Parts: sequence; structure tokens; C-alpha cells
Amino acid sequence: MTLAQARNVVLPCMKLLRMSAVPILEQLHLEERLLRTSVDNWCIVNDRTNRPTIVMGVSGRPSELIELKSVLRDQIPVIKRFTGGGTVIVDDGTVFISFICNKNAIPGLQPYPHPIMSWTGQLYSEVLRGFGDFHLRENDYAFNSHKFGGNAQSIIKERWIHHTSFLWDYDIKNMEYLKLPTRAPKYRSARPHVDFLCRMKEYVPSKSTFIERTIKSLGSYFLVKPFDLDDITTEPPCTLPHSTKLLSRQELEDAYSSQCENL
Amino acid sequence: MALKLWASSAANALRISCSGARTPFPAFSFSRCFSSVIDGLKYTSSHEWVKHEGSVATIGITDHAQGHLGEVVFVELPESGVAVAKGGSFGAVESVKATSDVNSPVSGEVIEVNAKLTETPGLINTSPYEDGWMIKVKPSDPSELNSLMGSKEYTKCCEEEDAH
Repeated sequence: MTLAQARNVVLPCMKLLRMSAVPILEQLHLEERLLRTSVDNWCIVNDRTNRPTIVMGVSGRPSELIELKSVLRDQIPVIKRFTGGGTVIVDDGTVFISFICNKNAIPGLQPYPHPIMSWTGQLYSEVLRGFGDFHLRENDYAFNSHKFGGNAQSIIKERWIHHTSFLWDYDIKNMEYLKLPTRAPKYRSARPHVDFLCRMKEYVPSKSTFIERTIKSLGSYFLVKPFDLDDITTEPPCTLPHSTKLLSRQELEDAYSSQCENL
Repeated sequence: MALKLWASSAANALRISCSGARTPFPAFSFSRCFSSVIDGLKYTSSHEWVKHEGSVATIGITDHAQGHLGEVVFVELPESGVAVAKGGSFGAVESVKATSDVNSPVSGEVIEVNAKLTETPGLINTSPYEDGWMIKVKPSDPSELNSLMGSKEYTKCCEEEDAH
């Protein structure tokens, strides 16, 4: 047995799902199902989503986080996802990468928010070496002090998910649907979206470079095996509730009415 | 973070021991990981505690857990009347970017939830064993408590976890 083969024997497996233009709601439903019902480690890559969509964290309140009048006017979908964290607007310029892991998959990694975040910071630091001054700034991925990646996690008894929306590119007009959050990282320093964010495409040669290097870096921790979306069983337990939900127009209108009454 | 946890635990202990009107609080001990562990409670490996008094079991998350999670900003709790199962999730806490499931140490029926956590989720950080309690359950099988850890065993569990 070669050293490489011996090394592969001890690494846990990770199933790699590569998708393109899958709607973000469908991606989130899949992730929640895999987190709660699978026993495998997963890396899910979704290159862009099909339409601009606002995605809030589990405790997000529409009236506090989004410009409801324009969102209702332009019929922008609003999703509340099952993980924590803040609000993003995703579109065809977004790249999504998610890790779903058993809590003992990475030796020495405690299944808590900060250690997981720190581990991903190490991973992406390696991925993006030579492309820009990468930092894990509080809980964001940034080049210098400009954010390009937003993170969120969910930790259950024996597993965790860490997922990221990467701003490969974005339309500044879409950012106007989002309010400046009241809860923001210190390094943001009250900057508006246009001064706070940056586009990955201005630092990294291509999406495929980023994705391939991510998969290669994962190979230091896992034996990564490609997997097909069609091979995933389509029989989720019928008792599994979807925490991730698309807010109805009525819910958004009620939030807007309530906001107007409070002014 | 270790000093902050120690200070928080010591402050809680002193405040409780000085209050003559309260029921004497059980003795506590410090683990080497600087989070407090209360004698007289039972614990799970997923860092929940349970206080069993008569037909009521009060449940929350431990000082070790709150210290590792960070500032709690939102708490998801069940409604009264809901059934919980030993080892099953009954709710979640959100800390900055993460939601973390909270699991019930015992099976039974939820008879009360801590409504204060809606407005003040940080009580879980500042007072994990008292004001930060999460639910009260009427246990359906009190013998389930026998399989839980006591304070010494749980302290060792935390130390082993932090040693990694």
C-alpha cells in the first residue's frame, strides 16, 4: 500500500454534490434534510441561483431587515432559512458552498460555532492564497476589510452545517432591497453595502479556479467523492418539518402594514 | 473567554449565596475549564441540565454550553402541552451565526416555558442555571434521570472535551 493509499484509508469520506442554478429554496431544503437524516459528510456546491432572492436567518424579522415596500412592489421572494445569521440577497452572481459534517469528522474540531468558523477560515485561506489579502473578519470572509462571503451554521446533536454565500458578482441595485442591519460586525464601521462588499471576480481568475481549489483543500481533511443529485433518495421522513420557508405575500404585507402603523 | 466565564460564574454564586430569602442554592464546583457545574443537577453529554423537584423537571443549557456558543440572540421554544422525548430536540438557541439544537434530557410533557427568554435571550448567558431556564417538563418516566450524569461526571466530560 502506498503512503497516499494509506492516507486515504484514514480520512473520512465526503460526498461532493455539484449543482448549477438550483433555486436557493430547494438547496436549503436539501441541506436541512441531509443534515438531519444523513449519516454522511457532504460538500454542496451550487453555482448561482435562478432568480434574485432574499434569505434571512432563523430569527430574522422582515420589517427590520428588508425594504418591504420595494420588495413587495418588485415581488422579490423572501426566505427564512434554518440556520442563524444575517440577511443576504442572492442571485446569479452568487456561488454557494456548504459543508455538512459529523461532529467527529475532523479530529480535534469542537462542534461549536467559533471552532467551525475558524476551521473554514483556515480552509479558505489556503484556497485563496495568492489571490488577495484574505481574512476571516469576525464571522465573514473578506479581502482586506471588504466582505465577499457570508456564513451561517446549524449545529445538532451529532452533526453540523456551515454554509456560505459567496459574492462572485452582485448587482448593487439588488442590495437596495436590504436595510443596513442593526446587528452588524464591528469591522463594518457603519459602511453602506457598496463600501462594505466586494466582488470575488475582481480577485480570483475564475469560478472554476475557486471551486476546484476548494475541493482540493477539502482533500486534506476528507476523501472527496463526487455524488449525483439524482442518486439522493427522494424519500425524506414524512415527519421532518422544513424550518426553511418561503414567506407568503400575505406575511410580507402584514409586516409592512405593521411597520407603517408603528411609524 | 475563560476569565469571563469564571467571573460570571463567581458573580452568580455570590449573588445567590447572599440572598437570605431564597432557598439555599446547591453547592457548585468549578471545572478546570472554568465553567460552573452545579451539584444536585443532572447533565447530558450534549450539555443540558435538569433539576428534578417532585413532578417537575426544569431544563436548560449549561454554563459550558453557553460559553462555547457565545452571545445568545434568539431562543426557539416549544409551546406548553407539547410532548418531548429523551434525547430529542425541543428547541434551539441562536448565537450570532449559528442555531444550535437543545435536547431534552427526559421524556414528558412541557408544562411551562420561560417567556422571559423572548425579550431577554441573554439570560441564558448570564444565568444559565437560574433565570436562563428554558422549559419545565412533567416527566413521563422519572427513571430516565438515572442514566444522566452527576456533577462530577459532567465536569470530567467538559474537561475531556476542552482538552482536544
